[in-house]
Amino acid sequence: MYSKDGENYYVVDSHVAIWDAREANLKNVHGKQFIDCFYDYHKNLSPEEEVWDYDTYTYYGGERLMKDLFQDGYVDHAIFQPALLTAFYNTGFGQTEEALALAGEHPEQLTYNHCYDPRNEQAGLEQLRRDAERMGLRGVKLYTAEWHGDSRGYKLDDKWSRRYLEECIELGITNIHVHKGPTIRPLDRDAFDVADIDKVATDYLDLNFVVEHVGLPRLEDFCWIATQESNVYGGLAVAMPFIHTRPRYFAQIIGELLYWIGEDKILFSSDYALWTPKWLIEKFVDFQIPEDMTEYAPITVDQKKKILGLNAAALYDLDVPESLRIPTSAADPGVEVAAGAKETVAS
Amino acid sequence: MTAIAVSVETTLESAVLAALGTVVDPELDEPITDLGFVRSVAIDDLGVTVHLRLPTSFCSPNFAYLMASDAVDALRSVDDIRTVRVLLDDHHDSDKINAGLAADAGYRGTFGVEAEDSLEELRLTFQRKAHMAAMERCIETQLRTTSLAVSDIYRLRLRNLPAGRAREALLRRRAAIGLGIGLDLPVFVDEHGVAVPPEEVPMKLRFAKSVRISIDGNGHFCRGLLATRYEDDESLDLHITNTRRTA
Repeated sequence: MYSKDGENYYVVDSHVAIWDAREANLKNVHGKQFIDCFYDYHKNLSPEEEVWDYDTYTYYGGERLMKDLFQDGYVDHAIFQPALLTAFYNTGFGQTEEALALAGEHPEQLTYNHCYDPRNEQAGLEQLRRDAERMGLRGVKLYTAEWHGDSRGYKLDDKWSRRYLEECIELGITNIHVHKGPTIRPLDRDAFDVADIDKVATDYLDLNFVVEHVGLPRLEDFCWIATQESNVYGGLAVAMPFIHTRPRYFAQIIGELLYWIGEDKILFSSDYALWTPKWLIEKFVDFQIPEDMTEYAPITVDQKKKILGLNAAALYDLDVPESLRIPTSAADPGVEVAAGAKETVAS
Repeated sequence: MTAIAVSVETTLESAVLAALGTVVDPELDEPITDLGFVRSVAIDDLGVTVHLRLPTSFCSPNFAYLMASDAVDALRSVDDIRTVRVLLDDHHDSDKINAGLAADAGYRGTFGVEAEDSLEELRLTFQRKAHMAAMERCIETQLRTTSLAVSDIYRLRLRNLPAGRAREALLRRRAAIGLGIGLDLPVFVDEHGVAVPPEEVPMKLRFAKSVRISIDGNGHFCRGLLATRYEDDESLDLHITNTRRTA
C-alpha cells in the first residue's frame, strides 16, 4: 500500500520477473544481446540513483525481488509474467521453478503466470493441462512473435491457438497477457500487429486479453481495437518510466488511454526488474496532466487507484482490504465505456 | 537530435550526406542521419563505405534491411560514387543483412525462407501512418494559432496552410503514398485522398493524433536507447573520412 496526502492506494504490479542472464546461462550471443538491450532500457529510462550495476542486473534472485517490491516498493501483490527464450538461455531467461517456489511461499503477495506456445500442438496442450494443475494458473503470458523452428511467429486466431484459448477457459485461466512490443525476431510478420487480438477477444468473451506495453509502438492500433472490445486491457509495462524521462509524453499516453479505453482497463506494472516499482508509484501518484494540455482532463485520485491496483485486483480476484476499495468495472465488461469507445461505436 | 560534427569540405562528401539524408526510418518517419543511425562514412578511391547502427540488437530486421538497402540505392545515385558498401553493425542479423546487401540479393534473397513476401506493403503501412501524423501536425497548428474551428476542417485546403516545414513535410508524405500535391486539394483526407466528411472529422482527427503520439514516442525511445548503447565506447557523432585523391 502506498499513502500520500491522506489517500491510500492498493498496488498491484502486474508484470514482474525473475530472470537469469549470467554468463553461465547464456546459450549464444543472442542471450548476451538480449540482456544488454534490457540493461540499456533500464539505464536510459531510470532516474540515475535507481540504476543497478550490470552484474546485479543479470541476476538478482528472490530475496532482492521481495525487498524491491514489497519492503521498499509499496506493492501489495505482484504477478509473474515470464519470457522463457529457451533459444538464448540454457535454463531459460525467466526462471520458472524459482519464481513458482517463491509464489508458493508467498501466495498472498505473488501470483505465478506461465506461458505456452500453441505451435507445440497436442503435446503442448497436454503440458498446459499439467502446468495449470501444478501451478494453479489464473493467467498466461504469450509471446506471439517468438521463433519456433521454421515459424516466424503466430497469430492468436490460428487454429491451434484457438484450441489453447478454449482449453484456458476450461482450466479457469481467464487472463491472457499478450506481449505486443519490442521483440526478438519478427520478419515480414509485423510482431506489433494487434489485429489478432481483435478477433479472439470477440470470440472468447470469457477471457480477458491484456495487451502488454499498451501496444507501443502502435498505441493507436491498440486503442482502436480496445474501443471495440469490452474484454481488452492495456498493461503499462515499458510506458511507465516515461513519467520520469518524458513526463509530457507520458501525459499524452495516459491521456490517450483514458480517452480511448477508459480508467477501468489500464493496469500498472513496473516490468521489474527492467525498473523498480518504488519510484514509479511515487511519481505516478504525484503525476498530473500539464495544465496547457487542455485536450486531456486532469487525472483523478480514483483513476490512479484503479490503475495502480484495483483493476488488476478485479481481474485476479485479489482480496483488497475494505478501506482501500472503490467500485471498478474492470472484469465487468460493458458497464462504463470510455469516451473514445462511445464515439467509435456510434460512428 | 544527434549533432553531426563534420566539416563538409567537398561536394562529394556533401552529396553523400545528402543522399543518406533521404533515407528515412519508416517507423519514426525521420532521416537516419538525424537519428544518429549513420555511424561512419569513408570515401576512398574505390568508392564509399558506410556503417549503420541501430538502438538495439533486436530492432526489427525487416526495417533494418529496408533502411540499409535504401541507403545503398540512395548512394548509388551520387555522381562518381564508384563502389557502394553499406554495412549494418551490432545487429543480431548483421551477418545475414551485410551479405545480402553485398550480393544485391534483395529482401527475399537475403533472408531466404524466413521472408514470406516483399516489404512494400509494410513500407506503405508506415508511409500512411506518417501521412496521417503530418496532417494532424498541420491541422493542430492551425487550430491553435488561427480562428479555424474543428467544424471547418473539412474545408481546409493545402494552400490555407502557411508555407514552411510542416506543409513541405505533409506534401512529401502525400507524394510518398501517391496523393496529389496541388494546393487546391483538401488537407484532411483518407489514404486515397478522399476528403474526410465533416461528421467524421472529430473522430478521425482524434485517431490521427494518437498515430502522431505513437510515432513521436518511438522516436524518444530510439534516440534514448541509441545514446545509452553507444555512450561508453565512442562519440555519437558521425565519423567521416575522405582519402580520395582524384576528383
